[in-house]
Amino acid sequence: MSWLTKTLSSSIGKKILMAITGLFLCTFLIIHLVGNLQLFKSDSGYAFNTYTVFMTSNPLIKTVSYVLYASILFHAFWGLYLEYLNRKSRPIGYVVQKNQSSFASRKMAVLGTILLVYIAVHLGDFWAEYKFGHLPYVKYTENLTSGEITAVEHLPDTYQQQVKIVETYNEESGSKSVIVKNLYAEAEEAFSNPLLVLFYVLSMAVMGFHLSHGFQSGFQSLGLNHPKYNPFIQKVGLWIFAILIPIGFAIIPVYFLIK
Amino acid sequence: MSEGNMNITLKVWRQKNSKSQGNLETYDVKGISEDMSFLEMFDVLNEKLIVEDKEPIAFDHDCREGICGMCSMYINGRPHGPLEGVTTCQLHMRSFKDGDTIVVEPWRAQAFPVVKDLVTDRSAFDRVIAAGGFVSVNTGNAQDANAIPIPKTEADKAFAAAACIGCGACVASCKNASAMLFVSAKISQLALLPQGDPERQTRAINMVNQMDAEGFGNCTNTGACAVECPKEISLENIARMNREYLSASFTSSED
Ligand code: SF4
Ligand code: FES
Repeated sequence: MSWLTKTLSSSIGKKILMAITGLFLCTFLIIHLVGNLQLFKSDSGYAFNTYTVFMTSNPLIKTVSYVLYASILFHAFWGLYLEYLNRKSRPIGYVVQKNQSSFASRKMAVLGTILLVYIAVHLGDFWAEYKFGHLPYVKYTENLTSGEITAVEHLPDTYQQQVKIVETYNEESGSKSVIVKNLYAEAEEAFSNPLLVLFYVLSMAVMGFHLSHGFQSGFQSLGLNHPKYNPFIQKVGLWIFAILIPIGFAIIPVYFLIK
Repeated sequence: MSEGNMNITLKVWRQKNSKSQGNLETYDVKGISEDMSFLEMFDVLNEKLIVEDKEPIAFDHDCREGICGMCSMYINGRPHGPLEGVTTCQLHMRSFKDGDTIVVEPWRAQAFPVVKDLVTDRSAFDRVIAAGGFVSVNTGNAQDANAIPIPKTEADKAFAAAACIGCGACVASCKNASAMLFVSAKISQLALLPQGDPERQTRAINMVNQMDAEGFGNCTNTGACAVECPKEISLENIARMNREYLSASFTSSED
């Protein structure tokens, strides 16, 4: 074994891998939430649908997204493997046990497994639909001087195009028309199902708990614990990652349900 | 030992040896004084068992003043009982009420096998310490205490880490049976001081390797250890150990 594999497979190396992948997933959450906020624009999904094209065709973002998928899988299965090893470290448990640690910190594996199921469902709902499904196309007409959307035309199911986005400019009327896949409509349709909305909201609660421990735990694993900045890490972990971000995500399906 | 008027129902883990299966046995202990320590209450019970020609309960103890770390008992679901910052020998019966039922179990960890009743084999800790190796010291006369300047704050931190008595409560309370609080205290107390500097890197690597080889679990930062530690060793030590180990792995000249 080289020194690097030895280091990474030690008990400290193992948690450092969890920390690095976990904190990377945390940064992704911020970007994902900021992007998704475009769903709240009342432009029939114009901003969101064109943003989707950008996110799925920019080579840099595509590369990062493959790293992201790998991180999710690694973090999930490495975490489960660690849980298995840790259970083996105490083959016989206590008859009476009064825990002094937080609920979330003890249940990271269970919370994480629920999140893995959620991610699978979520990717099936949107990512797979966008990539492999037959989403209908939509044509927006934008007035180039005012930036207003003057017309939205839902193209028939039979309409197909070779590229992700077709833009045509009309000099005379000073407008541009854009044809893209309508992922926004897919969100509208999916979130008209109250059961799916409930599943999403509960999953976000689970994510809140997972991150209430996970974010600050990642820094501790990396050795970053100092009285000067530790309270700040704790606060960011709790207020931003465990509360604000999950609420931000949870509002989206609820918004579509009651819209 | 003063007579008292507390009556306690004790449920104690009895196990003949490391191979046999154990179970909880119930004992009524009568006339206990609230000034007795928890271990003295066990002494009273054991005297009674001996008179009755029964096998006394085996439990570890030595100093009975909170410094040796021997008195490992998992009392009502917590190592060393309900108080924070004390060992079992410093726990007194006034922390309980007349008529209470108290469940006492041995430390539970793969790396700490039960020898008999409440006694566990904690020599894994000794092997971790041994793996840390020696500290270079000059032979001959002790040099002047002020010859090596050490900032007060660093000396205090090293001293706080050195307060670890190797009791194993951290392992016992950790859901993963991880020994990181103990090992980090041992690595920190020397890493913080100039005297520990020459062997700093090899010590961090060797002690962590030995800890892993002993079959302790992996730390998930639940923090239960620091709450239960009778010497209130801080989680900052674990972060320091992570740094020490990582920097040693990446920069030391050994593989
Ligand atoms: S760190 Fe605390 S709980 Fe662990 S062995 Fe040392 S004194 Fe005991
Ligand atoms: S008997 Fe020595 S610490 Fe309790």
